[in-house]
Amino acid sequence: MADINKKIILDSKHIQLSITKLAKDILSKNIDISEIAIVGIQTRGVYLAKRLLKELLSIKKIDIEIPFGILDITLYRDDLGEMGADIPTIKDTNIPFDINAKNIILVDDVLYTGRTIRCALDVLKDYGRPKSIQLAVLIDRGYRELPIQANFVGLSYYTKEQVCVELTEVDGQDVAYCCD
Amino acid sequence: MPFNRKDLLGLQDLDKKEIQTIIDSVKPFKSLFTRSIKKAPALVGKTVVNLFYEPSTRTRTSFEIAAKRLSADVVNIATATSSIVKGESLIDTGKTLEAMKADIIIIRHSLAGSPEILAKNLNASIINAGDGFHEHPTQGLLDLYTIYEKKKKIEGLKILLVGDILHSRVAKSNIWALTKMGAKLRVAGPPTLIPKNITDLGVEVFYDLDEAIKGVDVVNILRIQMERQQENLFPSVHEYVELYQVTSERLANAKPDVLIMHPGPMNRGIEISSSVADSTSAVINEQVTNGIAVRMAVLYLLAAARTKQGKKHVNTN
Repeated sequence: MADINKKIILDSKHIQLSITKLAKDILSKNIDISEIAIVGIQTRGVYLAKRLLKELLSIKKIDIEIPFGILDITLYRDDLGEMGADIPTIKDTNIPFDINAKNIILVDDVLYTGRTIRCALDVLKDYGRPKSIQLAVLIDRGYRELPIQANFVGLSYYTKEQVCVELTEVDGQDVAYCCD
Repeated sequence: MPFNRKDLLGLQDLDKKEIQTIIDSVKPFKSLFTRSIKKAPALVGKTVVNLFYEPSTRTRTSFEIAAKRLSADVVNIATATSSIVKGESLIDTGKTLEAMKADIIIIRHSLAGSPEILAKNLNASIINAGDGFHEHPTQGLLDLYTIYEKKKKIEGLKILLVGDILHSRVAKSNIWALTKMGAKLRVAGPPTLIPKNITDLGVEVFYDLDEAIKGVDVVNILRIQMERQQENLFPSVHEYVELYQVTSERLANAKPDVLIMHPGPMNRGIEISSSVADSTSAVINEQVTNGIAVRMAVLYLLAAARTKQGKKHVNTN
């Protein structure tokens, strides 16, 4: 739960508005919706990706099946030796469609160093050769350590403070705040 | 995750939570198998040594594939063609491998306790791939995972182990793990092949297979070790077949959705009838597939735990 004294970056209304904005931006850059596939990064990227998918369909007012996958980066991290006592729980990766010839919309909650996205690109590479990979994030907090950028950003909020995103599906409420 | 061990020596040492952690970690590794590229870079740069003092094809191959699918470098040592025949001691062999910067050593040995000796003397992580009649923990875990995958739970299941319990390290590891996870465990076999105090471990002993098989959810059939036939532990193979072979007729008394398991290699027509081995209830080949995923999970968890040197996990979003 967010502490009352925490600096709120996005409340639930603005999270919803950001998702709508992301969906509209994605559609303006992807004319042929039948080529789109959505992949969410574990954990909160998966829930955002599901919402984004719904939003895309409701804006387009069509009922087609957009391929959907989930992706976990744990086995592709390059810092196994530096994780200390916090071995992250390994979650499942499930991409149940052929990614070749698709425009993949990769979805995560917060973009920061870029290392998670680097891992995610490596995972996708082992599934095939998509037509393109486009990155959509709820919050871009800046301070990249790798040459990676998002194609679609809900909110740019450059900060060195840790940013936490809570989503109703996992946390019981929608909020983004500084959590240092 | 609550897994913080240098070695995997046996399932007797692990608590329920640790076993659950391993089981919960297996699925993501298994998912890799469905891809065209079945490798992930998790153990890139790590060296894994298979040190096998006993013949083995399936376990050694399974460990080798598991380590390679995680991008580790794998070295296999068959002891018959190594310096061990020149009289080198186990500890010295281990120290030599460590001097070559082995991170994980997988050992199979005919003497119970050999993996523990190595673990005490080396900084490398040791995985027991079978020691004497003692334990074969990764086989126990893969049996557990296979049951869990099919039945979605372990607690409360009636599970029967049939055959040579006395000489079977697979049986020992199964017993330690399954009783901890809350299964109702039965063993059945000739009295000479069942250890005397086994009821102390919380298992029920049957000498009559037809009684034992009634209402069970899982039958795990152990290999009759033909090489022990000289010890006169049962009068004849023919008699063993009559009394203890798992057949379709006998299985009629088990639950309709019974799972049939066998750690391999099978002696068809001895401990298991061919029709049972080939039936839809048999998950023997799935055990082999799951074995790789389970060993990948074990290798990953040990490698992650061994490299933790107090550095705090940094957020990488």
